[in-house]
Amino acid sequence: MNRLDFEIIKNVIKNNSRVLDVGCETGELLKFLNKEKKIDGRGLEISQKNVNICVKHGLSVVQGDADKDLVSYPPKSFDFVILSQTLQATHSPENVLNELVRISKHAIVSFPNFGSWLVRLKLLIKGVMPKSDSLPHTWYTTPNIHLCTIKDFKKLCNKNSINIKESFYLNKNGKKINNPLKKKFNNFFSTSGLFVLKK
Amino acid sequence: MKNSKKFALLGNKKPLKLDSGKNLRNFKIAYQTYGKLNKNKNNAILICHALSGDQYAAGQNPITKKTGWWSKAIGPNLPIDTNKFFVICSNILGGCLGSIGPKELNPITKKEYNMSFPVITIRDMVNAQKMLIDELCIKKLFSVIGGSAGGFQVLQWAASYPESIVSAIPIATSFRHSAQNIAFHEVGRQAIMSDPDWCNGNYINKKKRPEKGLSVARMLAHITYLSEEAFQRKFGRNLQNKVSLAYGFKTDFQVESYLKHQGLAFVDRFDANSYLYITRAMDYFDLASQKKGGLKKIYKNTPVKFCVISFTSDWVYPTKYSKEIVDSLNVVGADVSFVEIQTDKGHDAFLLDEKEFNETVEGFLKANASKEGF
Repeated sequence: MNRLDFEIIKNVIKNNSRVLDVGCETGELLKFLNKEKKIDGRGLEISQKNVNICVKHGLSVVQGDADKDLVSYPPKSFDFVILSQTLQATHSPENVLNELVRISKHAIVSFPNFGSWLVRLKLLIKGVMPKSDSLPHTWYTTPNIHLCTIKDFKKLCNKNSINIKESFYLNKNGKKINNPLKKKFNNFFSTSGLFVLKK
Repeated sequence: MKNSKKFALLGNKKPLKLDSGKNLRNFKIAYQTYGKLNKNKNNAILICHALSGDQYAAGQNPITKKTGWWSKAIGPNLPIDTNKFFVICSNILGGCLGSIGPKELNPITKKEYNMSFPVITIRDMVNAQKMLIDELCIKKLFSVIGGSAGGFQVLQWAASYPESIVSAIPIATSFRHSAQNIAFHEVGRQAIMSDPDWCNGNYINKKKRPEKGLSVARMLAHITYLSEEAFQRKFGRNLQNKVSLAYGFKTDFQVESYLKHQGLAFVDRFDANSYLYITRAMDYFDLASQKKGGLKKIYKNTPVKFCVISFTSDWVYPTKYSKEIVDSLNVVGADVSFVEIQTDKGHDAFLLDEKEFNETVEGFLKANASKEGF
C-alpha cells in the first residue's frame, strides 16, 4: 500500500472511529490513522513476524486469516473495516466481502484492476501474464488467486446487495483519476480501485 | 538479582474467603521482588507461577541452587526488564516454598495441615495475591504475566480485578481444564496416593515421603510438557551408557533416564500434598462457568489490555483454547493482541529462550509502558 492510498482512506474515516485493518502487515496504516484520526484501531494479520512488529509498536493486532477469522466478530462491531490490496489473495472473496459488511458499518476495499488498459495491452501484445507495479509477481509465485476487474467487482457487490457508497479510481501512480472521460471508462483507465461499501 | 526470604502475613484483619466456603486467617505468602518500584508506583508487574514453579523466578533459587525458573525472561535488559519494572513473584496459595499450604502448621492445632488443608481454587490463589499487592501498597499493577497455571491466574486477575491491572499476558494457557487435562492430573494424583509412603497424607509425621508416587506423577506430567518432535530431537532411540539393548527392565533408553532424573529432582524440591492440592485447583478451573454468558460476559467492557500467546506444539493447552479467549475478547471489543509462536518445544516453550516469544513480551510491555508515561 502506498501513501496516497493512506490519504484517501484517511479522508473517508471519521475521527475517533473504531477501525479494523484486515491484513494490516506491519501496522503502518493503523499507526498513521492513530495519529491523524485518533482511531480506536485493531488489526488482523496472517504473518506472525508482522504481528510481532505491530505488538511491539503498541498496536492491538491478532494473528489470523481474513478467510477464516472474520466470523468471530459480532455484527457492526466496527465503524470502518479496511481490506487494502488483499481481496484478490483470499480464498473466497465473496465470503470475505460479505463478512466485511456484516462486521462493520462501512467497508473500505481496494484491489488491483485486472481490466486496466496496461494489463490488457501486455496480455494482448506479449501474450504472457502481465506484471506491473500493482501486480509485481510472476504467475507462479503470485499470492493473487482471485484477480478481478472493477466491472467484476461491481457485479459481485450487486449480486450480494452490497451498496457502493463511494468509488475512487486510481492511476498507476496511485493518484485519483479526475478526468471525466477516464472516470467514465474507469475499468479501462484505472490501475486500481478503492470502494466504500455498506450493507 | 539476589533472593532473600520475604513473606507477608495476611488475613489478620479480614480472612481470605475461599471458594469452598472456608476462611483462612493469619497466613503467610512468600514472595520475591526484582527491580525497583518507581515513585508513582505504576511499574509493578506480578508474575504468576505454574504448577511446579515458585517465587524464585529470577536470580538463584536458594533451594535448588539453580537459576530461577524464568531467569531467561526476567532481569536487567531482558524482556521483563528489571531496570524498568518492579517485578513481584509470590509462591501460590497451597504451594510448598513458604506460602500457606498443606505442609505448614495449622495455627489452631499446631500440627501440619496435611490433608486437612482446605481445597483451594485458582480464584483463591488470585485473591491471596491481591491481598499481597494491597499489603505492598500497590493500587494498580502494570501487568500480570504467567504461563500455564500461571496463565489461569492471569485470566482470573483480569476477571476479578480488571480495575487493578493495566495489562495481562496469559501464555500457553486455557480458560478451563479439559477432560484430558483432568485425566492426566488424576493419574498423577493416583500415583502419589497409591504410594504406601503417602500414609494417607500424613507422611511428615511418619517421617516418610511418597517419593516414588510423586516422581511418577512428575514423569507423566513432564511428557505432556514436551512435544513428540522435541522428544525425538532430544533423544530419538538413543541408548543410555550402552551400545546395545540389555534385554531387561533397567534403563535402556536415554529418554527413560531423562524422565527418571526429572522425577527424582522434583521430589527433592516439591511437596506431594501440595501437588495434589494445586492440580485439584487447576482441575476446578473453569473461568467461563463463573458467570452466565461465559467469557464474553466476564470480560464485557474490560479496560485490560490483553496479549495472548500460544505455541504451535503445545498439546496441554493447544492454540484453539487461546483462540477461544481471543474470540471472546474480540466479541466484546476488548483491546487484545494474539500471537501464536511457531516452535516444536511444546508446552514448556514459554520457559525456554524463544526469540519470537521474548520479542512479543518485550514489545508489548515497552509499548504500554510508554503509553503509561514511564
